Amino acid sequence: MIDGILLGLQTAFSLQNLLLVVAGCIIGTLIGMLPGLGPMSIIAIMIPVAITIGDPSAALILLAGVYYGAIFGGSTSSILINAPGVAGTVATAFDGYPMARQGKAGKALTIAAISSFCGGTIAAILLMIFAPALSTVALLFHSAEYFALMVVGLSAIAAFAGTGKVVKALMMTVMGLILATVGESALFNAPRFTMGIQDLQSGFSFITLAMALFALPEALFLVLDPKRGDTGGAGEAIKDLRITREEAKAIAPVIGRQSIQGFLIGVMPGAGATLASFLGYAVERNIAKGEEQDAFGKGSIKGLAAPETANNAACSGSFVPLLTLGIPGSGTTAILLGALIALNVNPGPRLMVDDPTVFWSVIISMYIGNVVLLVLNLPLIPYIAKLLTIPRNYLIPFILFFTLVGAYIGQNNATELLILVGLGVAATALRFADYPLAPLLIGFILGGMMENNFARAVNLTDGVSFMVNRPMTLALLVIGLLMIFVPAYRRRRARALKKGVPLGD
Amino acid sequence: MALDKWIAVLFLAICLIYGYAAFTYPLLPFERNMAFLPNTMPSVLSILGAGLSLMILLSPKPAGDAEGDVLGTIDLTKWRDYKVGQALGMVAAMVVYALALRPVGFIAATTLFLFGTSFILGERRWVRMAVAALAGALTVWLLVQEALGIFLRPLPWFLG
Repeated sequence: MIDGILLGLQTAFSLQNLLLVVAGCIIGTLIGMLPGLGPMSIIAIMIPVAITIGDPSAALILLAGVYYGAIFGGSTSSILINAPGVAGTVATAFDGYPMARQGKAGKALTIAAISSFCGGTIAAILLMIFAPALSTVALLFHSAEYFALMVVGLSAIAAFAGTGKVVKALMMTVMGLILATVGESALFNAPRFTMGIQDLQSGFSFITLAMALFALPEALFLVLDPKRGDTGGAGEAIKDLRITREEAKAIAPVIGRQSIQGFLIGVMPGAGATLASFLGYAVERNIAKGEEQDAFGKGSIKGLAAPETANNAACSGSFVPLLTLGIPGSGTTAILLGALIALNVNPGPRLMVDDPTVFWSVIISMYIGNVVLLVLNLPLIPYIAKLLTIPRNYLIPFILFFTLVGAYIGQNNATELLILVGLGVAATALRFADYPLAPLLIGFILGGMMENNFARAVNLTDGVSFMVNRPMTLALLVIGLLMIFVPAYRRRRARALKKGVPLGD
Repeated sequence: MALDKWIAVLFLAICLIYGYAAFTYPLLPFERNMAFLPNTMPSVLSILGAGLSLMILLSPKPAGDAEGDVLGTIDLTKWRDYKVGQALGMVAAMVVYALALRPVGFIAATTLFLFGTSFILGERRWVRMAVAALAGALTVWLLVQEALGIFLRPLPWFLG
C-alpha cells in the first residue's frame, strides 16, 4: 500500500494535476452553486474537456475535483438561499438556511466546509483500506461472476429508487440496456438495430446521452419554472466565518459517526449521497437529547454538520464499487465510468494491477481536493456567491450552449446534436412522469459489458448452466433477485396487515 | 390517464417493435450454431421490457405515499403556470443551431444562438445581449481551438 501511496503522490503532485484539482474544485463550486444544476450535469459538461486531456489520471482527477466542488457549491446555495442545487444537499438546507436567516451565514458555511472536509478525508482513508481488499477478492471473478455482479448492481439501483418507483426504475434500466444494444453486436461486431442509419453504427454516444438525460432537462425546467432558479436574497454580505471551540467540540462526534455511516452508505450501489445525507440527519436528530433535539430544523449546528459530513463521505464511498468492481453505484459515478472507458481504462479489479497510477492518484487527489475546498474555496465564497446574481436570461442560454458544444466536440458531428435534443426532450417528459433517469444511464453503460461477459460465460460452458454450477454466480444472482422482491413482498405484507389479514405463522 | 401510463404504453410499443426486430434478427451463417447469439440478450430484454411496461400500466396509482423529487416536484397539472412557449422556443433554437452550425460557422451560429435564446427568454437590452453573446462565442471558440486543439470551423462556408 505504501508503494501505491507514493506512486499516487508522485502523480498527483505534478504541477498539471495540482492545477487540475484546483480548477476542478473551483469550476464545480461555481456551477454547483447555481440552483438546479447538479453534479451530474456539471460532470457531463466537463467530460469532453477531460477526455481531450488524454491522460486518464489527469482526467479523473479533474472530474473528481468537479464532483467535490459541485457538492460543496450545492451546500453553499442551500445555506444562503435555501435552493439546493443538488439532491444530496437538500438536508443541508434544513438547518443551514435558518442559520443564515439568523445572520450566521458565515458560521454555517464554515461548519459545512469543515464537516465536508472531515467527511471526505476520513472516507478517503477508508477507501484506501477497503478498495484494495475488495479488489483482491474480485480478482477471483470470472466472466460469469461479472455478469452476475452487474445484475446485482442494476437491481440494487432499482431497489433503492424509492417507494412506488421500483418498477419504473427497472423499466428505465431495461430501456438503458436496450439503447446499449444499438450499434454493433457482442463478440462479432456486426451492425445491429441501426435501422440502416450509418451514424448509429457506433451506437449512441454516452456523452450525448448523459447530457440529454441530466443537463438538458434541468435547463428546460429552469426555463419552464422561473421560480426554480429564484436567487432572491443572495446579495447580502457574508461575514464572520469563525466558529468557537465549544461548537467544534459539539460537532466532532457527529462528524466521526457520519463519516463512517456515510461512507458505508456510499459503497452500496444505488444509495449514494442523497440517502446518506437524509439518513445522517435523521440519525443525529434521534441521538440528540432534549434541547439539542428541539434545535434541529431551527439552526442547529449538529443538524448542519451531519448531512454535510455524510454526503461527502458517501461521495468518496461511491468510488469503491467503481474502482474495484467497475460497477457504478450512482449516476455520477456512471458518468465517470463512461469517461474512463472512453480513455481506454477498464475499471475493475484489474485496475489496481494494470493502471495503479490511475487508482492511487485519484485517491491522493481526493485529499488534495478536500484541502483545496477548505483553504481556497471557503475564503472565496463571499465573492463566488456573486455568481448567484447572474440573471436567468443570460444564464440559461449559456447552459444550453455548453451542453450542445460538449456533445459536438466529442463527435464533431451535427447529427449528434439532433439526437441530443430529441433525447433531451424525451428525458424531460420522463422527468415529468416521475421516471428516474439515472438507472437508464447506468443500464446503458453497463449494457455492453454485461452482454460481453454473458456471451463469454455462455460460450465457455455452452449454455446457461454456469448460473447454477458456479456457486458464487448463483449466490450473486439470488442476491440480485432478493433485492427486488423482498422489499416488494414486505410492502405487500404491510398493506395486507393494515387490512387485517393475519400473518401466516 | 396520467402521463406515466401513456409513457408506459409507448414503452410497450417500443419493446414490441424491438422484440420483433430481435426475434427476426438476420443471423450470419456462422452465427447460427453458436450458443450465444447476437439476438439472445435483445430477445430477453424485449420480453422483460414488455412485462415491466405492462406492470406499470396495470398497477394502481400509489395512494399518495410516493415521495416526490426532493428538488421540488414539477407538477404537470399546473402546466399553465409554466412557460411552455419559452421552452418550445429553446428546443426550436437548439434544432436550428444544430442544423446551422456547419454551414454558417461556429462563431456566427453561436452568437446568434446565444442572442436569440436570451431574446426568447425576454431580454431586451440589445447591446448587452450582443456583447455577451459575441464574447461567449469567441471565448469558447478560442478555448476549444487553442486549449483543447479541436478544430471548429469558425467562419461561414463561403469564407473558408
